[in-house]
Formats: sequence, structure tokens, C-alpha cells
Amino acid sequence: MKEVFVNSIGSVSVQKTFDTSGFLDDLVDYEGTSVKAVDPNYKDFIPPAAARRMAKGIKMSAVSSQNALKEAGLENVDAIIVGTGLGCLGESEKFVRDLLDNDEQYLTPTRFIQSSHNTVAGSIALDMGCKGYNFTYVHSNISFESSLWDAKLQLQNNEAENILVGAVDELVEHHVTTHQFIDHIKKEPVSMKQVLRSGTKGIVFGEGSHFFVMSNQKQASTYSKLIGMGIYNTLANSEVSHTIMAFLEKNGLCKEDLDGVILGNNGDVDYDTIYHDLETSIFKDIPQYVYKHLSGEYDTASGFGFWMANKILKTGKVPELIRWNDIKVTQPKRLLLYNQYRGKNHSLVVLEKC
Amino acid sequence: MSSDLKQELKEKIIEQLNLEDVTAAEIADNDPLFGDGLGLDSIDALELIVMLDKDYGIKLADPKEGRKIFESIATMAAYISANKA
Repeated sequence: MKEVFVNSIGSVSVQKTFDTSGFLDDLVDYEGTSVKAVDPNYKDFIPPAAARRMAKGIKMSAVSSQNALKEAGLENVDAIIVGTGLGCLGESEKFVRDLLDNDEQYLTPTRFIQSSHNTVAGSIALDMGCKGYNFTYVHSNISFESSLWDAKLQLQNNEAENILVGAVDELVEHHVTTHQFIDHIKKEPVSMKQVLRSGTKGIVFGEGSHFFVMSNQKQASTYSKLIGMGIYNTLANSEVSHTIMAFLEKNGLCKEDLDGVILGNNGDVDYDTIYHDLETSIFKDIPQYVYKHLSGEYDTASGFGFWMANKILKTGKVPELIRWNDIKVTQPKRLLLYNQYRGKNHSLVVLEKC
Repeated sequence: MSSDLKQELKEKIIEQLNLEDVTAAEIADNDPLFGDGLGLDSIDALELIVMLDKDYGIKLADPKEGRKIFESIATMAAYISANKA
């Protein structure tokens, strides 16, 4: 089986990650219960005639995918695989609202076209003329990991050489309102520095798009090697640490081999305890990093974590605001990412500097 | 033919079709809406057909009629004035 590399990255998020030269140098603070992505100048990436019909998720993905392709030195890929929890939800909401408001009459085509989950993968393929495998995974908060898994298998088996893998979700007002009602999103505004220690129920909702060129060929731009990954839809809280240890062993590793663990803490007092249990047990002697105070939480926020892990491995830099404990390692070489949402859909990914 | 209607059409088209960089003043009454003019396409044509129905109560029985009706703001305004319910 072939090895799998992350050859390039691209991101649009709540932080200025569209600036490919920096790495969380100029953080964007917020005070709220939902936080929108910082918009790049979309006109630099998308012709105005095309942009006028694009939902936010497509626009963000046009930028992040183009940045990833440019860095990889590619104009086309063998496959495009995208993970999204909610797709272009904004257009779906508008389409449904039009249905209701106009008594199922006067439905316009644009919103319908954009209301499907696979709009992003399709739009990118159309833009670059990619006629290869095009797939969208819609699996809640393991949507991105499912895409990654598919890409990993294809690359390992040499069914493809370069695959564009993406993660995208957009913030929509109605979704925030309904999820606040059921305590999944915080009711009281919090700031970036407060959110992970807020001690309240729910999360701060965010949005973003993160794309990566995955390949079975290492090149000058390569960020990391994908060592292993695991997805667990259901897992009792008491089984998490045992499962992580078994996962590491299966990949020929032990916890001492890790230079850091990137945790998906999102500030929800009811479910961050799963992370806290690990922080004080199997991960207590390992540098711990967090990121969802910077990105907000959304189904594919782990794409931001994956982007951050690759940046750390390539630059050797660890921004102060992502440190979760006091243990420091210079030039981290191997990182474990662990994520879960509301105690379900746990994912593990190990990346290694190369 | 009312110049108010032409102005209204320009503003509706800009809003409905999300023409971010275009102002009503930049669209001349006789500018072609498709092709070399405003650069609208077939999806926009569908949007305009829906707009005629929803906002002016005009149903196009034959979508091929649209080619002449949507030639310009002036032809649209003339058609609406003649057929408005």
C-alpha cells in the first residue's frame, strides 16, 4: 500500500486563514453565540458573473480549494471529495421559505440548484473541468473524516494520485435560532478567550471551508504524512481512553510517541468532560492544543483542526492561544487529533511531519 | 410607457439576479440583457419568467416568447404594460 501525504492546504474561517503566508498571527476576537468567517476578497478568486449565484459555502470553498491547488502546483486532480454536515443550508432555507411564503408557487431555479449538499464538490469540478470521482459525505461531525477516509483508501490502493479533500459548512441564522432553543448553541454571548471555560451549555457556532490536496506522492510542498485514522459513531464515555490507546497500538504507536494532541473542546459544559477526562489521564504528560475557540463549532470544524495540525507540523510553530496545558515541545513531529460532538461520532487522526 | 416601470425593472433585475457590481443607472433602456449586454444567461431567463408571473401576474405560455420580451428593459416594460393583469 502507498503512503498518504497532505501536499497542500487552503482555508477560509473565522480567522484570517485565507492568508496563506501567515499562521494565526493576527487573531480575530468575537463576542457572540455565532461567529462568521472572515471574508477574503472573493473577486480575486471568482468571476463576478459566477459569484452572484454562489452561496457562502461555495464562495469560501472556491477560495480554499484554489489556494490548495495552487500550493500543490496542480490545475486538476483525480478526484474531489467533500465533507459537509449541512451543505449550502442558507439557500435551502431560502428555498423552503419561498415555498411557504408563496404557497408553493414562483420557485426560482437558482436557490434550488444551490440547495443540495453536493453543490460545492460539483461547482469546484465544473470550474476546473474535473471529470473524475466526485463525492460528498454528509455524516454530521464526521463528514470531513469520512472524506479523508475515502481519499486515504483510494490513495493507498493507487486508485488516484492527487485528491482534493474538503470540509465546508456555513452559518445560517435559522439554524442558530433553532439550536439555541434546544441548548445546543449558547444563549449568552461569550468571547473567543472565554468560550472554552464558559461553563455553560452549548457551543458558539461558526463556519468555514478547508481544502487539502492529498496525494500518494511526496513533494516539496508536503505538510505531513497521514499515519492512521479511526471513526467511531458510538462510544461510551468510559470506553474513549481505551479506544484511543487501542487505536495508537494498531498504528504501531504509544502515547509517548505523540508530540501533541489536538482536542476538539468546544466549551459545552455537558460534553467537554469527555476531553477533560483524557486531559488528566492518558494525555496528562503530552502537550495539549485546542482550536474551536478560534474556529467556532460546526460539523466540519475538525477540518480547521486538521489545517492547524498541518501548519504546526510544517512551520514548527505553536501559537500561544492554542496551548491548553503548560507542556511544551519544540518542533512537534507527530500529532494526534481527537474530536467528538455531543458524545457521538468520535474521530482520531495521526499526522507526522515529513 | 412609464419610465418608472423601466426604473423598477432595472432595480428588480439587479436585486433578483444579485448583480452586485451593477447600478440601475448603468443599464440603458435599450441595452441587450443577454449576451454582450448585461451578460445574463438561461438560468436568469427562468428567474425573469418567474418574476413576470409573481410581480406582474403575467404567465408566459410559450417560453420561446421570452427571447423577444427579454431583449432589453424597454421591450420588457412594453410587454408588461400591454399584458399586465
